[in-house]
Amino acid sequence: MANLVLGGHQDGRLSPATLRVLAAARAIGGESDLLIVGNEITPPIAEALTLPGVRHVLSADDETFRHPLAEDVAPLLVSLAPGYSHILADASADGKSLLPRVAALLDVDAVTGVSGVIDASTFKRPVYAGNGIAVVQSQAAVKVLTVMSSAFTPVAREGGLASHQPLSGPFHRTERTRWLSERSASPEGRPELTTASVVIAGGRGMKSGENFSLLYQLADKLGAAVGASRAAVDAGFVANELQVGQTGKVVAPVLYIAVGISGAIQHLAGMRDSGTIVAINNDPDAPIFAVADYALEADLFDALPELIRLLS
Amino acid sequence: MKIMVAIKRVLDPNIKAQVRPDGSGIELSNRKMAMNPFCEIAVEEAVRLKEQGVASEVLVVSVGDAAVQEQLRSALALGADRAIHLQTPAPLSSSLAVAKLLKIIAERERPQLILLGKQSIDSDNYQTGQMLAGLLDWPQATAASAIALQGEEAIVTCEVDSGLRTLQLRLPAVITSDLRLNTPRYPALPSIMKARQKPLEVLSADVTGVALAGTQRQLSVTPPAARKPGRRVSSVAELAGLIRSLSEEN
Repeated sequence: MANLVLGGHQDGRLSPATLRVLAAARAIGGESDLLIVGNEITPPIAEALTLPGVRHVLSADDETFRHPLAEDVAPLLVSLAPGYSHILADASADGKSLLPRVAALLDVDAVTGVSGVIDASTFKRPVYAGNGIAVVQSQAAVKVLTVMSSAFTPVAREGGLASHQPLSGPFHRTERTRWLSERSASPEGRPELTTASVVIAGGRGMKSGENFSLLYQLADKLGAAVGASRAAVDAGFVANELQVGQTGKVVAPVLYIAVGISGAIQHLAGMRDSGTIVAINNDPDAPIFAVADYALEADLFDALPELIRLLS
Repeated sequence: MKIMVAIKRVLDPNIKAQVRPDGSGIELSNRKMAMNPFCEIAVEEAVRLKEQGVASEVLVVSVGDAAVQEQLRSALALGADRAIHLQTPAPLSSSLAVAKLLKIIAERERPQLILLGKQSIDSDNYQTGQMLAGLLDWPQATAASAIALQGEEAIVTCEVDSGLRTLQLRLPAVITSDLRLNTPRYPALPSIMKARQKPLEVLSADVTGVALAGTQRQLSVTPPAARKPGRRVSSVAELAGLIRSLSEEN
């Protein structure tokens, strides 16, 4: 029994979530190989070789994968599958897009959004926006899992002695899908939302996009990432990728500060597993107060400037 | 061009899901059911493409027991032209089985585009669209927030973790909708009346030979761990002290 973990990377760095997916693989048991797919990926491969618990680092370094498409990566994973009992990837946008395609080609259901490992075939996953935790048992010959990385503690960055096994092409290359462009709206130099240890999120109560500058000022004091509720995104205050919730990102930082967020079910689904939850809201009946460890009933436009001053 | 849209009947999104005391699942009896919100968006997009003259026909498909016909009628009221109900003895939990059944319909109907929601808000699986694309060997785009059809191609903007990605797919293709693709309309009463006259074909899933059980079983569902009760803090100064000590613990 061995696990194949698909490693994520960006800007030449292994993604922090990869270390958490490796922790999920370790909980399953057996040896783990880490597959890195991309083009000119020497730096993340070098990082991967030092990760504890990795047996082999497999790499598919090819022009085909400059912008990896599910249509091309799925056949690669399917060709590797016979050697593995489990195939895992981060439940990121890319992992969630790719692994179900792989699962279908292997004629199995994927177990998505895994938040806990009970044994090699039994997993926990949230359903109904996190209002239920389902225990599912997979009978699939190869278990295909996307992992809610925030639920796992990352493995260390060093101590491993993996061997490198480059895969040689030719690789499948679809003619029918073309990557055209990608644009990011995230501010430079801030921690990534899904891995930050402190997250400050704003909701409809922020009233405008300009007012989010208050949250960024506070975030700078705490080295925090900034997130938002769907209401704030839909109102056009901030970009979609800041959305925390059932349909956005799932985060579990050490500290989550919700400002002007009422606490709809769909939002709670994305942050209810945070270590400590702080809520600032002027509505004493806001549902967010029911999950907050510390609740401040106040006008955020009074509280935030004072908080920024006190934390300076 | 024919567009096929797959829709799912789920617990109404405005109702808080409650776990059954025996841990067998979420309580659905006597609960209001609705079309999955992401599926509504997919239907709306198909109808808009028809109104723009890009699509000639919108076919909606749902898999499940007889109750799903209620949601198929809703989709017809929103502007779909006809519906297919793939009848199964009970709602299916296997996305793989649903994808295989949808593939059979796709091969019969030969749509140029299949739209689905990116996930259903009950199982939160996020997989049927990609599975269907894989089984058909068609291009896929997930979490679409914009779709433009140009001849034999679709230019699709997808929501990804870091921002927005634009893909060009050669049709036929499978696209799943994100929340921001559009705002679905409400059906007008005359449309609801008219929808009753629109064709709704019922096919039995039995004859397809698809294994409906899939490869996994749900053993139990429990409520999430309750959080410790919190407390109110009286001043910003007190909160600042708490935040400082919490962020220093890191």
